[in-house]
Amino acid sequence: MVYRGPYKVRVEEKDVPAIEHPNDAVVRVTRAAICGSDLHLYHGMMPDTRVGMTFGHEFVGVVEEVGSSVRNLARGDRVMVPFNIFCGTCWYCARGLYSNCHNVNPNATAVGGIYGYSHTCGGYDGGQAEYVRVPFADVGPAVIPGWMDDEDAVLLTDALATGYFGAQLGDIVEGDVVVVFGAGPVGLYAAKSAWLMGAGRVIVIDHLEYRLAKARTFAHAETYNFSEYDDIVVHLKKITGYLGADVAIDAAGAEADGNFVQHVTSAKLKLQGGSPVALNWAIDSVRKGGTISVMGAYGPMFSAVKFGDALNKGLTLRMNQCPVKRQWPRLFEHIRNGYLKPSDIVTHRIPLEHIAEGYHMFSAKLDGCIKPLIVAGS
Amino acid sequence: MTYTSERPPLPETSEQLRARIPGWGADLDPKDRPSVPKLQWQEDRTGAHWEFPERQPEKWPRERSIEHEFLTPVFGTSCPPAGFSGMLRKLSYRKYSEGRAAHWLLLLAADRVDAWESHIRSLLTLRPDNPITQTGVLSEFSRHGVSSRFGKKRADVKHQMLDPVIVAGPWVLVGGLVFAAIRRMLRRGGQ
Ligand SMILES: [Zn+2]
Ligand SMILES: [Zn+2]
Repeated sequence: MVYRGPYKVRVEEKDVPAIEHPNDAVVRVTRAAICGSDLHLYHGMMPDTRVGMTFGHEFVGVVEEVGSSVRNLARGDRVMVPFNIFCGTCWYCARGLYSNCHNVNPNATAVGGIYGYSHTCGGYDGGQAEYVRVPFADVGPAVIPGWMDDEDAVLLTDALATGYFGAQLGDIVEGDVVVVFGAGPVGLYAAKSAWLMGAGRVIVIDHLEYRLAKARTFAHAETYNFSEYDDIVVHLKKITGYLGADVAIDAAGAEADGNFVQHVTSAKLKLQGGSPVALNWAIDSVRKGGTISVMGAYGPMFSAVKFGDALNKGLTLRMNQCPVKRQWPRLFEHIRNGYLKPSDIVTHRIPLEHIAEGYHMFSAKLDGCIKPLIVAGS
Repeated sequence: MTYTSERPPLPETSEQLRARIPGWGADLDPKDRPSVPKLQWQEDRTGAHWEFPERQPEKWPRERSIEHEFLTPVFGTSCPPAGFSGMLRKLSYRKYSEGRAAHWLLLLAADRVDAWESHIRSLLTLRPDNPITQTGVLSEFSRHGVSSRFGKKRADVKHQMLDPVIVAGPWVLVGGLVFAAIRRMLRRGGQ
């Protein structure tokens, strides 16, 4: 798949990626996913998204070729690849901040390397393709355990790990009231993870009924459709005894809907780095002294965030891209114990040839779409 | 009650939640959460066997942020800058740090130019850009475009009416201008 400009993608024959560094591998993709943050690229909101680029930072596959210094992987291994590209040894990697690696993204210091996520994130082609170059093959990928199927594994490369991480950033303690903005894959996983961390009440906010239904069944959450309320913030205050939530998680990010002006200035006219509607609701609806966790994707441009309210309320704001690999051992345990079943949220499986329809369907939220997987090589 | 020291009561106790929700409280202790503490020394280096990685060969002058001391040892090689958009991109990287709005605005402008350049270039190939297949709008028919939207209390319905205008508007406008220019030329030729 290649990007052709805002709202346009097509399938094109490209050269099979080559080994460009001794620690590279080339992986033949078996499953990829379209992520909510891909819409940011698709809508042309992420600076330096070049025509001809292949998207896709969520993928699993089989190792096809390895570079001369690769020791931990061999041809034929079934691997899952975290969306972060990272070196393992820089100041940040040494301390577990894999998403902030300093050795993989010459284009920016404020963000790490991400597969298929514009030149702002390093200019790497992504996995919505038949083959993909995987740098630092000894560091990033892991062999998929025999008991795990590809569809669970592909969700561990970003969505589940990110949702779980978002709940962690909320510093949840037993009995906390947690509100999650956005019932997409990441929001659903964050809501589910909040229970693992001992939340006393989990509330999910969205405007798509089918996603809220999933939040009730999959994540056992209490749900509200913001489009039914005059002012969702006041409603949240009312149902929390006028205190507000202890923790608010922004799992919507810059594509957030709900405010016409914000939508036009950011998503359409690209005057902002994204619509901060969800983030501002989080700031408004959390209690004083509460914590905001942000894992929705935002671009590098400025957004109109209500910083004064965050200050005056004494909030703790925590955010990052998820260091995916750090989450894996614990998430493997939760899956084995039956606490999490990642692929339960998959709604569509789309052949790579039909990816343009897949993008439109996901972007326009048609057909009850929650998580579309891309099936390559069919 | 917010106006006293008691916190509002929860609908369910921890015991009830534990019984209802699989895995409730499995990570109750923050020490069981993988990224706690935030900066924790990673003994295993997740398999890296270098202090500083070997450097990937630079096949063309690779643009980089001036906030980096040097070109990072590994980088992506997709889509080298080319054309007028490439000049804008190189200028942005050469001149402005990531802290400057000009850096990002120039890059965004270059993206728009790139899209137009590529579109025009595609008209000279055997495979011109196709606004029907590439935008995936056909899924409006195959994926319940109407029933997915109406009667569903969706907040985006009100602006989705406007979206096609904003997205297709510039194309229609340019098409109209070209049409008018050609017609004028033909008229002049006819006189
Ligand atoms: Zn993602
Ligand atoms: Zn690193």
